[in-house]
Amino acid sequence: MTGYGGGAGALAGLRARWRRLTVGRWLVTGIPWLWLVIFFCLPFLFILKISLSEPALAQPPYLNWIRETADGLVSIVVNFGNYGLLWDDSLYVSALFGSLQVAAISTLLCLLIGYPMAYAIARAPTHLRMPLLMLVILPFWTSFLIRIYAWMGILNTNGILNNFLLWLGVIEQPLEIMHTSLAVYIGVTYAYLPFMILPLYATLSRLDPVLLEAAADLGARPAKQFLTITWPQSVPGVIAGAMLVFIPVMGEFVIPDLLGGPDSLMLGKLMWTEFFNNRDWPVASALAAVLLVVLIIPFLLLRHYESRAEANGEEAA
Amino acid sequence: MKKVACGLARVIAWFTVRATGLVFAGSALNAAAQGSVNVYNWSDYIADDTISNFQSRTGISVSYDVYDSNEVLETRMLAGRSGYDLVVPTARPFADRHVRAGLYQPLDKSLLDNYGNLDPVILQSLADIDPGNQYLLPYMWGTTGIGYNVDKVKEILGDDMPLDTWRLVFDPEIVSRLSACGVSLMDDATEVFVAARAYRGLPTDDYSSAAAQEAADVVAAARPYIRYFHSSSYISDLANGDLCVAHGYSGDVLQARDRANEADNGVNIAYAAPAEGAVVWTDVFAIPVDAPNVANAHAFLNYIMEPEVIAGVSNYVAYANANSASVSLVDDVVRNDPGIYPPAATQERFIVLQTPSDSQIRSMNRLWTRVKTGR
Repeated sequence: MTGYGGGAGALAGLRARWRRLTVGRWLVTGIPWLWLVIFFCLPFLFILKISLSEPALAQPPYLNWIRETADGLVSIVVNFGNYGLLWDDSLYVSALFGSLQVAAISTLLCLLIGYPMAYAIARAPTHLRMPLLMLVILPFWTSFLIRIYAWMGILNTNGILNNFLLWLGVIEQPLEIMHTSLAVYIGVTYAYLPFMILPLYATLSRLDPVLLEAAADLGARPAKQFLTITWPQSVPGVIAGAMLVFIPVMGEFVIPDLLGGPDSLMLGKLMWTEFFNNRDWPVASALAAVLLVVLIIPFLLLRHYESRAEANGEEAA
Repeated sequence: MKKVACGLARVIAWFTVRATGLVFAGSALNAAAQGSVNVYNWSDYIADDTISNFQSRTGISVSYDVYDSNEVLETRMLAGRSGYDLVVPTARPFADRHVRAGLYQPLDKSLLDNYGNLDPVILQSLADIDPGNQYLLPYMWGTTGIGYNVDKVKEILGDDMPLDTWRLVFDPEIVSRLSACGVSLMDDATEVFVAARAYRGLPTDDYSSAAAQEAADVVAAARPYIRYFHSSSYISDLANGDLCVAHGYSGDVLQARDRANEADNGVNIAYAAPAEGAVVWTDVFAIPVDAPNVANAHAFLNYIMEPEVIAGVSNYVAYANANSASVSLVDDVVRNDPGIYPPAATQERFIVLQTPSDSQIRSMNRLWTRVKTGR
């Protein structure tokens, strides 16, 4: 193009491109937003609505806020008592701490076991990586419930593990693992391990091996290489993996119910009791809303901290 | 390995049930002319040929789903639009509540030619929660008592100790001795608290918070020796020899006994209705208000009330049915089993559950969670 002769045409072309770009952007960001609104915000609003209503012997078992009274008047009754109940009764607070404890310990166990596994897969010869990753994903092809039932068969007093150890002569009496918190930790760690390995693998496989060679050339021992190069660069993967394990374990119900003992008190089980045994949907919904807030606050703080760290990093660069 | 095999057999049986359910759902398309009926029943609560015979006779296809607790059924009913035509809640306190909540529609007895086969005594026993027997049609009845591993328990407690007593699950001195062998309680506040009060010789129709606290104290004393609280796991655990004593439903314990016999694993299970009083219950059929195939639901009920059909179910599931006309058709081994058809002396001490108020349920369940978790 010579001079500014075709300026108007070029501008129109730019505008059209810009429009296409913004439409494309809207589409790209719009779909996840739509997803979030339909599958997260709306259900959460329903939960919030139920949590502020009163229980009743009816179908569904709660009263609407907006009710028509006998004399034709419309009354709006909002009941905040359900949240008060959660606060007043120490049972809910101790269940929260029970869930936090199980989630924290399981996340740590997943990290301790998952990190070396992800590292080994990332460092494995290229042609072995896909098969190894497949082995991590393979258990998902079986129903989650069946896999937990399989653990019941393994850990039972008369189960495979005890029979094997007795046969070896390692133990005299069968070990009491089933229906203890140890069984819960085993089950949870097993079930959520892939969620830790996959994001860790994703970050570790992108790590530039040249950095490690350079560190070795400069005299850093393997431990130092790991602490100064590998670990700091894998932190985003660790955080992603920890989130993927910690958050669902907080609300876990099936594993503690099937493998756990009577003394395991977790929010999931308590929510079940409210929903199924007490038929108190409002309190169950209040509990769900509180759990969500408890989980979302540290997540938002972390995002905030991360985006600030990123901004700082860009400034420094 | 036999135990593992037994567990596997369970899993396979479960799959088969699910698969047949799917087949039925699939055949609904073919048998569209006669329509279908959607039945939601307890697991292991029907004979293996009951449904297929109904289908081949009437051409109505049956879609059959199962649950393992009243609470699961209740929640689906309360949520509404379950799509089921027939459900089987326990009469008290569940069906009682459901009738009051308006979840069911009245039965059309003109479509139930076999209604006269039902036991008038059982119908009368339901009249206080369902006046005129409008909504509920009794299916099976049984008791909640104690299942135990005969050889192991006798080995620990000796041959002289009577075993038809709640002491097996509540007396700390006895439970502590059975603990290593395994003792379980049902995960059901009402059942356990009523049993605990019967053990202490206290009135069993008192659901006040003071009464619940007395019962909770009994459970708390035994809790350190209880392996778990669950309302269905004990079936396979008893059968595999993983558990010595279980608080459970009569028929479930007897199914555990039969499974152990089938597996021939040397485990010998028996059921006892405690002398202090066993809880007696009745499970009833009901048609949800929003059932899509009401006429077919009645056809299924009429079929179930045929003496040969219901006798076949009793023979299979080890529960006494509510059909007087069928008693002579029930196998001798079932009819003469005191765990299934208890002698009059046991029946006199039966405890009939009342329906607690909502606030009583809430305080019982809170107490129950505290007792279970030891907090």
